[in-house]
Amino acid sequence: MSLDLTQFHDTFFEESFEALESMEAALLALSTGAADAELINTIFRVAHSIKGGSATFGFSEVAACTHTLETLLDQLRSGRRQVQPGIVDVLLRSVDVLRAMLNATRLKQPIDTELTAALQAELQAILQSPAEVGATAAPVAPAVTTTASADAQQTPGWRIRLVPGPQMLRHGNDPLRMLRELASLGALQTRVDAGKVPTLADLDPEHCCLSWTLELRGAIERAAVEQVFEWAEGECELAIDPLSPAPAVATATASAASTATAAATATATATATAAPSMAADGSSAATGVPAASRAEGARAGSGDGGSIRVGIEKIDELLNAVGELVITQSVLSQLAAVLEGRQAEELRNALVQLERHMRSLQESVMRVRMLPISSVFNRFPRMIRDLGQRLGKKVELRMSGDHTELDKTVLEKIGDPLVHLVRNAIDHGIETPERRRAAGKSEHGTIELNAYHKGGNVIVEVTDDGGGLNRDRILAKARERGLVAADEEPTEEKILNLIFAPGFSTAEQLSDVSGRGVGMDVVRRNINEIGGHVQIHSNAGHGSTVRIRLPLTLAILDGQLARVGSEIYIVPIVSIVETIQIKREQLNTVAQQAELYRLREEYLPIIRLHELFDIPAERTELLDGLLMIVEADGKRVGLFVDELLSQQQVVIKSLETNFRQITALAGATMLGDGRVALILDIPGIIVRFKDHERRRKPAQEAA
Amino acid sequence: MIPQTGATGAPIDRAGSQQVLTFKLAGEEYGVGILKVQEIRGWSAVTAIPHAPAWILGVIDLRGVVVPVIDLRRRFELEPAQFGPATVVIVIRVAGAGGERTIGLVVDAVSEVYDIDDSTFRALPEIGSTAASEVVHGLAHADGKTIILLDAERLAAGAIH
Repeated sequence: MSLDLTQFHDTFFEESFEALESMEAALLALSTGAADAELINTIFRVAHSIKGGSATFGFSEVAACTHTLETLLDQLRSGRRQVQPGIVDVLLRSVDVLRAMLNATRLKQPIDTELTAALQAELQAILQSPAEVGATAAPVAPAVTTTASADAQQTPGWRIRLVPGPQMLRHGNDPLRMLRELASLGALQTRVDAGKVPTLADLDPEHCCLSWTLELRGAIERAAVEQVFEWAEGECELAIDPLSPAPAVATATASAASTATAAATATATATATAAPSMAADGSSAATGVPAASRAEGARAGSGDGGSIRVGIEKIDELLNAVGELVITQSVLSQLAAVLEGRQAEELRNALVQLERHMRSLQESVMRVRMLPISSVFNRFPRMIRDLGQRLGKKVELRMSGDHTELDKTVLEKIGDPLVHLVRNAIDHGIETPERRRAAGKSEHGTIELNAYHKGGNVIVEVTDDGGGLNRDRILAKARERGLVAADEEPTEEKILNLIFAPGFSTAEQLSDVSGRGVGMDVVRRNINEIGGHVQIHSNAGHGSTVRIRLPLTLAILDGQLARVGSEIYIVPIVSIVETIQIKREQLNTVAQQAELYRLREEYLPIIRLHELFDIPAERTELLDGLLMIVEADGKRVGLFVDELLSQQQVVIKSLETNFRQITALAGATMLGDGRVALILDIPGIIVRFKDHERRRKPAQEAA
Repeated sequence: MIPQTGATGAPIDRAGSQQVLTFKLAGEEYGVGILKVQEIRGWSAVTAIPHAPAWILGVIDLRGVVVPVIDLRRRFELEPAQFGPATVVIVIRVAGAGGERTIGLVVDAVSEVYDIDDSTFRALPEIGSTAASEVVHGLAHADGKTIILLDAERLAAGAIH
């Protein structure tokens, strides 16, 4: 009955990476001094399940590595070794190594054996070093590695009665695997009971009819034995009894066969000398185990809250279907609007109800795609710890609002920019402890990550209490690079925005962390790409804040419908600052070509959409139309349109699927009448306008 | 040989022949492999795409998907026709570099489905570079008529790049 295991590989990798993340988080919590039994248990569980999984799938290198790791973790868990910063560092490194190994295995690439060997050596070094624990347990401790256990005198071992339930094989629990694992713990004697095996005709190959009586010899902890059967809990009858009569140890299950007692007594007499110490060891293990398993049970109950794993494409299909329904529903509403009679009225009422339900359905489906931002935030505690150590800075991280939810696609794209901002904050923002002391600040710098909702957007802030941006140095650098004219005195806001210029860096020396000047422009570009917006605030000497405004989702958009000639365009509402009636006295032209509008001390270029898109216009006289002030990348321009129509939520459809990407267009959507309307991309329009302006003929400007 | 690869790529029902949907364009008869034809639609208003070539009329909504529509007359630099109730759009689905793509072709009228015998197929002779030559696959003979066979993949690729 061979089973193709490869189909489970993806799940194994996915779960392992997630598990490693939780292990990392627990280790970091541990490193801040909280020696919590539950934390250690979490870490142990991760190592254990990765070991089990990789052994099942035959990833022997991973299994071997986790095995050593597990041995160390087991010592920590049982209190035979104290948690020390040095150990946490090694454990954190082992998370990295495991991640690399799993990655290599997944991509079917060779594993970096040097790295693994180095880690193994480090782990072994810790294991061989004397454990610093209380005096009572000291004599036992050195003997506890799997290799040393065989010759340990004081514990004869365990007698195990295993009766698999009928469903055990179907649930993927293989008794053979358990036997093999037990054999790896110590000398194993097995006796199989085949009495219940039916005749061949009645045999169900997926029904386990065998049962076993096992004798495991060696200095093995009860917990280690129980762990072998961890996955099979409730699927089999299990009795684990010590081989010597130890009154302090209560048997875990009452179903021990009477023969077991007899055998146990027999062995016990043979090893009577070892009994007292065994009893002591056994009792400590016995008291430890129930607490751990209780905690485990509580976690299993509350942790996953009944969630399921669903492929993102299934959700997208659902979202598409709902989008279609919304469009069909608005077609129906338009059709019903012109009907007459009593029944028409009823139809319209029903359609209003339908619309309400559609909206809530759409929102529910959108919510399925939403994930808490903690999945992005989680990488920072580790990063800040490592960077702080490397740069010799003391940095504390505070996170809030990590439950704020964002669309999965937005989340995927926000990770790298945030990493960059946090690195910058540590490298350039936070000062060295000496400098902080000199400035009268606490030695510990603080970086705050904050996420919250504001007006249909999600705001993510990265705040540090470092030195802030050096305004003068930025300005000097900008002048040097010719970004600002020598005699120009730009506004504070403009100066701060200079750091987003490509290749801009004020770092006095390059570090391997940041300062190469590739960065802030990429950060801004990445954020703009997903319809977000970056702002920077700085308070010299007290720190700086980078504020990122993000759309909740990329699948729908709040749009303002605007008409130009016979075309209807959709302008994202996030980009719109205001819409105004054009006043003659505010209009200016330069060389009879460029048109500018003076709005509150600022001159804004006017973009005539009909000219930019080369389409027939209905209104060419500026005073007849409207000027929609839009903003992108900190630049404001006025879009000249014929009139504004309604505002509505639109489902964004890609133009690329069957056609291609077009500058100035963010996509398309379907209107209620079945027509396609194009969604404008404001940054793209500004770019296009710059090229267009140069080609414009002066003759066109007769008006 | 007429290539039988493509989006639908299914084997043809009779060895040595292939079914082709033909349509009229300025008095000439053109054909495209029937397995690549997804549907035939009546004319509906298109939304123009700024700065696209003139032969791309714009995009339409095909059950929730944005599909570009090509005016074959303009593509072949023929005299543009007036669009009316008789104008039809042939929606074809072809494989491309970035996966399958759907495009619409505006033609004068759809005519027939022919079984074309491979033995009548002739490659297009050297006629110099014309707007059509790069997307014409070859010529074939059926029912006493000459049919100009189009390379749907190249036609679609041209619309994208």
